[in-house]
Amino acid sequence: MLKYIARRLLVTIPVLIGVTIAISLIVYLAPGNPARIALGMNAQPEAVRELERQMGLNQPPWIRYLEWLWGVVNLELGESVRTGRPVTAMIARRLPPTLELAVGSMFLTLIIALPLGVISAVRQYSWVDTTSMLFAIFWLSMPSFWLALILLLLFSVQWNMFPISGRGTPVLTMTWLSSLILPAVATGTRRAGLLTRMTRSSMLEILNEDYIRTARGKGIGERAVIYTHAMKNAMIPIITLIGLQIPFIFSGSVIIETVFSWPGMGRLLVNSVLQRDYPIVQGLVLVYAVIVVLSNLFVDIMYGYFDPRIEYE
Amino acid sequence: MSSDTHHDMTDDARTDGGTATATDGSEAVSDTGPATGRIARSKVVFMRVMQNRFAVFGLMVVLLLLFTAIFADFIAPYEPAEQNYNALKEPPSLDHPFGTDQYGRDVFSRVVYGSRYAVFLGVVIVGIEMLLGVTLGLVAGYYGGLIESTIMRVVDIALSMPALVLALAIAGMLGGGLFPLIVAVSLVGWRGFARLVRGDVKSVMEEEYIDSAEAAGLSDFRTISRYVLPNAASSIIVYATLTIPTVILWSAGLSFLGMGVQPPKPEWGAILAAGRGEIDDAWWIATFPGLAIMVTVIGFNGLGDGLRDALDPRQVR
Repeated sequence: MLKYIARRLLVTIPVLIGVTIAISLIVYLAPGNPARIALGMNAQPEAVRELERQMGLNQPPWIRYLEWLWGVVNLELGESVRTGRPVTAMIARRLPPTLELAVGSMFLTLIIALPLGVISAVRQYSWVDTTSMLFAIFWLSMPSFWLALILLLLFSVQWNMFPISGRGTPVLTMTWLSSLILPAVATGTRRAGLLTRMTRSSMLEILNEDYIRTARGKGIGERAVIYTHAMKNAMIPIITLIGLQIPFIFSGSVIIETVFSWPGMGRLLVNSVLQRDYPIVQGLVLVYAVIVVLSNLFVDIMYGYFDPRIEYE
Repeated sequence: MSSDTHHDMTDDARTDGGTATATDGSEAVSDTGPATGRIARSKVVFMRVMQNRFAVFGLMVVLLLLFTAIFADFIAPYEPAEQNYNALKEPPSLDHPFGTDQYGRDVFSRVVYGSRYAVFLGVVIVGIEMLLGVTLGLVAGYYGGLIESTIMRVVDIALSMPALVLALAIAGMLGGGLFPLIVAVSLVGWRGFARLVRGDVKSVMEEEYIDSAEAAGLSDFRTISRYVLPNAASSIIVYATLTIPTVILWSAGLSFLGMGVQPPKPEWGAILAAGRGEIDDAWWIATFPGLAIMVTVIGFNGLGDGLRDALDPRQVR
């Protein structure tokens, strides 16, 4: 098992290198001169040229890429073009709020989607099934940023139940929790809709298997059939599906962080893109990519853990 | 273990409902051949879609959207950019069914014209994704070997990028606007098509008639276009239909963040962004474009679901 994980980690290295090349290419091809951005529009041409030299912009792109890559290896992601602050430290400060939001919305997604999906499958075509499928379709079709605004309007502006924006500190207090709830709901709703439907269809697939018919034929109670025979097997695809939602939770949080002024990586990304602060953008895309790669790895490991038929040779 | 099956499911809404269509290319195999067979088959598919209430609803929504986009000039009571300083932020009324915004523009008219952006972006972006993804998937699946592993490595890399983050970075760095938006979203979305088509092609390649076609001396192009592509067609159609709502959501999201279509253009995400600051005293500005997006997305999802079930009846429902 450990050997398998180690090998999987090794395989991700070329993928990550490819990712860094792609990111650098985007930054390289993007219009605009970082030195001029740093100095403003009225800067002297000599000053711009001087800064270009300091930033290494006059070097060929592959040298710049290799230098950046060397920095990545040393966890040095360069400095902000605007403020000169080190990018690594900026991202490190923004990572915890983003993780909090991701965990919070994942939690909400799971406590809604799993029970609804299982009940819908067990009571297929009942009113519970119809209603929850209808809800699921609504959820997965809602633009999250729109939902965020509606939630703000109702719960913060009208009923004054939750703060309008920002993250309450210190962490793990009631102020923090009440500031987390609305962003977590807005991020998770679409995922909950998808996962409810996925859970239902995985469960249905299992319930149609021969061994379920055999179990029923043996005369054991319906409860036992569902909880011991069906659920256990349905968990395998469901766990995979949950893992696959992780990258989308992070993607989704980018917009939501902006709406709620949540001080995470997503808001930093949007601001940096708008300000064309390339080193920050480059660093953030890399961090998001690492998160995706790690969650894919997690899915593979979980998959093998829950399904003993899979062997890691 | 096969990583293929679950990578297929990484692409958001397109994935939901299970694994059956994504990797299964064999279902359409028996039905291609003489043209008459294909006509009969499309009739069967149409009948099956019509039996599914959600799919019928979806079809109606999509037709309504197309109708609105085509006849926007006749449906909208005002010009989308027409400002009226005597009617600022008016709540919904008979004159202004969706109210007016902070410049006195009629929100209903703007939402009606916004349908053009939704249709245009949905069709163009999915078209580009399809062209890129299907071509690469066909080439990878058909030729195999080094070509295949190179293409699939690129797909792996593309799949390791969080889609929206990447689209946002590309659109924003290109300066925002309609064209950067199209480039950004298409560059991110093709990967799903490539993976899907390559899987389908690989299963078709095992059929004997491909060997016969090759033995008969058909060119690669003819083999692909006559025998390989038609067998992948139904899953491509389903996937494309289910991709449109995702593309519409993303485009609106990027425009909402200021990195897509720019205000004052009446794109739904852009209207929403303009209404964001007014949410506490003019809720209607942001609410109605959001509803329009939601109804459109529900419509395409319904139609896509219906098509999937109709084209692959073996799937559990």
